[in-house]
Amino acid sequence: MSRKLIKQVIIKTIPVMTGYIVLGFGFGILAEKAGYGVGWALAMSVFIYAGSMQYLMVSLLTSGASVISTALATLMVNARHLFYGVSMIERYKGAGKKKPYLIFALTDETYSLVCSGDTPEGANPHLYYFLVSFCDQIYWIIGSVLGALAGSAITFNTAGIDFAMTALFVTVFVEQWLTADSHIPAVAGVIITVICLVLFGGDLFLIPSMFLILTCLLAGRGKLDTPVKPPLSGGAAAADSALERGNGHD
Amino acid sequence: MTDTRAAILIAVSAIVTALLRFLPFLFLGGKRKTPEFITYLGKVLPFAIIGMLVVYCLRGITPLVWPHGLPELLAVAAVVLLHLWRRNTLISIAGGTVCYMILIQFVFR
Repeated sequence: MSRKLIKQVIIKTIPVMTGYIVLGFGFGILAEKAGYGVGWALAMSVFIYAGSMQYLMVSLLTSGASVISTALATLMVNARHLFYGVSMIERYKGAGKKKPYLIFALTDETYSLVCSGDTPEGANPHLYYFLVSFCDQIYWIIGSVLGALAGSAITFNTAGIDFAMTALFVTVFVEQWLTADSHIPAVAGVIITVICLVLFGGDLFLIPSMFLILTCLLAGRGKLDTPVKPPLSGGAAAADSALERGNGHD
Repeated sequence: MTDTRAAILIAVSAIVTALLRFLPFLFLGGKRKTPEFITYLGKVLPFAIIGMLVVYCLRGITPLVWPHGLPELLAVAAVVLLHLWRRNTLISIAGGTVCYMILIQFVFR
């Protein structure tokens, strides 16, 4: 492992470094203020290592969530990771002993760095991916530990600091809105959840919302799924996917 | 919540997150093609889920009672405007959060 490669990795990960230290810091403060100090923040950043999920985890912990709703919330919030994995299968082939960690550490930001695929010349791509993934998690851990330590030292009124999570999701929402082909899924997500909130109340609405969103998106597939294949092969493609769905249950 | 219970919930979240990250490699690592409805969900689900999470974060507001969710709505508007203006995630989050803290601590007390 050359010094040059490490330097290249650090330069490459600077944007993630700033982002993770600041967001991790916010998470650390939030956890500490909710009664989960340095040890807890560290454990979550080491073992869960998923930014928005950890913010949500703090509110699940303070609201006394059940195991099932925690599992379902994690499933829905982190479902996107399934698709990161799908697109990295080829790239991570042959990574050997590094592979389990590469997969574990595949966050949104790390994905955005490794999927661009510009490995420095002469470097082993898997070593490069490993160092990028590892540095990113170190930044995240440093941020959350510092935040948790600072949380107990901060004496000004921090009421409202939990809005950082709302702001994070609103920012992602706006970013997605600007890049999306169709705004229907985003609008559907908001409207379905609001309806469920009114119907089921603040404690129970999340699970019905998740199921309704999945159902509506699958039902609207014909309209929302932009064809990737040329129209001529459309019939064959539909037959293919029907076959695959039929076999998908085993 | 007891420490044991909190540790269990964290473990559950960690295991489910890891499962989601490992599943594609375990099941699609060979030559099998990804089912098309998964590819489709991969495209549309993130948009809907983030919309859901925004509403989830705002579930505590009381539209019919003072302050009618005004601090939240103003702060969300600040985040949106900041993001449209600079398109910098950190500025949007920090600006919106400071805005919200000022609103609930000094304006809508």
